[in-house]
Amino acid sequence: MKYIDEYRDADLIKKQVQKIHEITTQKWAIMEVCGGQTHTIVKTGIDELLPEKITLIHGPGCPVCVTPLEMIDKALAIASRPDVIFTSFGDMLRVPGSEKDLFSVKADGGNVRIVYSPLDAVKLAQKNPDKKVVFFAVGFETTAPANAMAVWQAKKLGLKNFSILVSHVLVPPAMEAVLDSPFNIVQGFIAAGHVCAVMGYGEYEPMAEKYKVPMVVTGFEPLDLLQGIYMLIRQLEEGRYEVENQYTRAVTREGNIPAKETIFKVFDIGDRSWRGIGVVPNSGYRLKEEFAGHDAEKVFTDISSINSKESELCISGLILQGVKKPHECPAFGKECTPMTPLGATMVSSEGACAAYYNYGRYRTSTG
Amino acid sequence: MCLGIPGKITETFEENGLKMGKVDFGGVVKTVCLDYIPDCKVGDYTVVHVGFGISKLNEEEAMETLSYLKQIGAVDDELGGEDVD
Ligand code: SF4
Repeated sequence: MKYIDEYRDADLIKKQVQKIHEITTQKWAIMEVCGGQTHTIVKTGIDELLPEKITLIHGPGCPVCVTPLEMIDKALAIASRPDVIFTSFGDMLRVPGSEKDLFSVKADGGNVRIVYSPLDAVKLAQKNPDKKVVFFAVGFETTAPANAMAVWQAKKLGLKNFSILVSHVLVPPAMEAVLDSPFNIVQGFIAAGHVCAVMGYGEYEPMAEKYKVPMVVTGFEPLDLLQGIYMLIRQLEEGRYEVENQYTRAVTREGNIPAKETIFKVFDIGDRSWRGIGVVPNSGYRLKEEFAGHDAEKVFTDISSINSKESELCISGLILQGVKKPHECPAFGKECTPMTPLGATMVSSEGACAAYYNYGRYRTSTG
Repeated sequence: MCLGIPGKITETFEENGLKMGKVDFGGVVKTVCLDYIPDCKVGDYTVVHVGFGISKLNEEEAMETLSYLKQIGAVDDELGGEDVD
């Protein structure tokens, strides 16, 4: 397949790895922000090909993993109502809430449906005027254009029975939270290519300058990641801290302008809570007041009393901040596996715990 | 949901006032909203996230990245491949 196969060429991968070895003289700790990149890195073993001096830290960039427990519990409460059709992306169904997950609500007779696009949820609302259709709007900047458009369309079509439960988080504030943490060891970022495809990377420039931390906007194929790592290490070795773009085939500095326009017609920026991390200021989207009729938290006001507490065993907060690796969690591979996940980082295939488990990394810790 | 993948646009049409299309992901064809990449046409490639094209892939830039990557290989080949000491 074009735009995929050529970035998996084994020979070129070998050469690019060698290049990285050639330029690395010092110890560096770098973070790949996006869970999709973590997945590729662990699956293809890129981390094991790199010089020992380079430590890759897996970042908080998995939306399933950072959706607060409270939001999951709210989703479960709404989905259990007989007058509701609850729609969601498939990867949210097995995320554990305090007591159950969406999958078990569905098994108990709840009308829970997986949709491919939020527009499919809008269509369901058109077809089922006697039901309230709710879409679980989870994600980073990559899903925001889709979720914003769904609300915009529902308003345009005059649909009174469509709302979204918003749990939208933003990547740059999470990167700043990592840099501000007293435990921080991250010296450079592999920035998430598709987030930048939407938002551009202009807003990273002041951050790179302020923290003196280089960043390289990077794609998702093995060669993209290796080239991104090479560019980042080169900056570190040369003492530069610029924002560079490896993923030029998909990302421009200004991003996708029509998508940004629709996002800001529908959403405002506000504080958001991240699972395992806590409240990060100005780190997410909320629906603007004029769309209150499409805001599930305002339609189903009884859910506002839901107040959940995280499992004490799970250290996913530390993993999301790059302080610990999955196999350092005492529950990893024992109480917690993809079949019996205790935390969201084990549920999502983009989660660091699941990536480590699925690709056998736990053996290094258990012998 | 974050694993956006590239696909080839095989058809475009309009629905509820939005530009839509069919996108082929190596054999799997999905209906995708193309309203955010209004200048795209049949034959173009796009990165798709949750049913929305968020970026049209730029052929020239793609070629340039690849030729850069290949060049690394070419230089090494010229110098006689790997060191064997
Ligand atoms: S292994 Fe399980 S319990 Fe441990 S941090 Fe990961 S998700 Fe949480």
